[in-house]
Amino acid sequence: MSGYIVLSPWDLALASLFILINAGLSLALRLGLERQLLIAAFRMILQLLLVGLVLKVVFAAASPWITALVAIVMIGFAGREIRARQERRHTGLWGYGLGAAAMTFSGTLVTVFALTTQIQPAPWWSPQYALPLFGMILGNTMTGVSLGLDSLHSLVDRERRAIEAQLLLGETSLTALLPPLRRALRSGFTPIINSMAATGAVALPGMMTGQILSGADPQEAVKYQLLIMFLIGGATGLGVLMAVLASAWRLTDPRHRLRLDRLSDSG
Amino acid sequence: MFEISNLKTPLIGPISLSIAPGECVSLRGPSGTGKSLLLRAIADLDPNEGDVRLDQQSRNRMPAPQWRRLVAMIPAESGWWTDNVADHFKPGPETAALLEAVDLPKALDWKVNRLSTGEKQRLALARALHNKPKVLLLDEPTSALDEQATARVEDIVRRQMSEGVAILLVTHDQAQAQRLGGRHFLMEHGRLSPVAEAVA
Repeated sequence: MSGYIVLSPWDLALASLFILINAGLSLALRLGLERQLLIAAFRMILQLLLVGLVLKVVFAAASPWITALVAIVMIGFAGREIRARQERRHTGLWGYGLGAAAMTFSGTLVTVFALTTQIQPAPWWSPQYALPLFGMILGNTMTGVSLGLDSLHSLVDRERRAIEAQLLLGETSLTALLPPLRRALRSGFTPIINSMAATGAVALPGMMTGQILSGADPQEAVKYQLLIMFLIGGATGLGVLMAVLASAWRLTDPRHRLRLDRLSDSG
Repeated sequence: MFEISNLKTPLIGPISLSIAPGECVSLRGPSGTGKSLLLRAIADLDPNEGDVRLDQQSRNRMPAPQWRRLVAMIPAESGWWTDNVADHFKPGPETAALLEAVDLPKALDWKVNRLSTGEKQRLALARALHNKPKVLLLDEPTSALDEQATARVEDIVRRQMSEGVAILLVTHDQAQAQRLGGRHFLMEHGRLSPVAEAVA
């Protein structure tokens, strides 16, 4: 493996000029985006610098507990994000807990599986491997889970009459909910399927590009990328399935009613 | 005998009412007073308290789907879960007879989005009768129908009554309530009161 080219702060400052140009364009064209753009850019700079610092400390500490703590914080953020991405969500603790629980279970399962049987660093929880892997899996599962939940909730709301018509004819809540359930699962799975199909042909994935830029053999980088995509696919599938089924369960009750009162109003 | 005792939701009740087999009880009142909510509570479609019994059998003792096959509610606005009318009916001679009765014998070949509101109402009635319910909860069943179609629906309701089906009819049409006979109730602020009919 050859070494990688170290970037100086000046290199970064130079690259950030493009963002400033974009902001200037927005100002000139009165798009009103410049504020948002600059805030987002500053947030990104701050977050990444912090993450870099935190990771450095965590890697140096090499403690399973600290590693687990960081993973929990990541789950916390992802859970909040899932909640925010749904127009109508479950009320109370369920609104937050449902997505977070599904993601925690599937993400942890798949990450631990990969660490213990394929990547096998020593020790297996080694933060340098565990955390980036968990982050990538979590990020993608999050997208799937939030899409799946959002589409289930808006579908049952929109098709309430059709669902209740079936219930009134003596169908079970499972039968009545099956069509929206299927569609919600499909929309949760679609992004990962699309990204698998486009990977390599349209887009070179960020992780692989990063490895290549830091001097890794492209073929080795491809192997890692494949591994990651399989893991992401597995975790997303499991996470979406769990979240959507649990949500459907919560949206009905033992008397086979549709419990839309358990969803918040939109917004 | 169909017996409702102390039926209550956060918005309506407590309501108690008995309907004999073959009897039609009509219910009217300003909109927003909970008439539809009462029907939903009887069908156990919304969380509620109280007991409802059909021939001494409490609904709490049976699975909800079984209850709703015995006590059929037909909402004012019907729901359709696929594009084809045929998907909403079990094929067979019985379905043909029911469609004949609502004067839509060819409906199985139609698309749902082609149906008028009145056609939907009649098909929803036919669909519910397929389960051979013992009680019909009808929410404005003829609100979108012309005179002729209304008469047909009333014929169907009468035939059900003659077969011993108990009817709870929500209607704003006082004349219809009179035609289908039985007792009349007024619903206001979530409560029922009997109407001593002195009809002009």
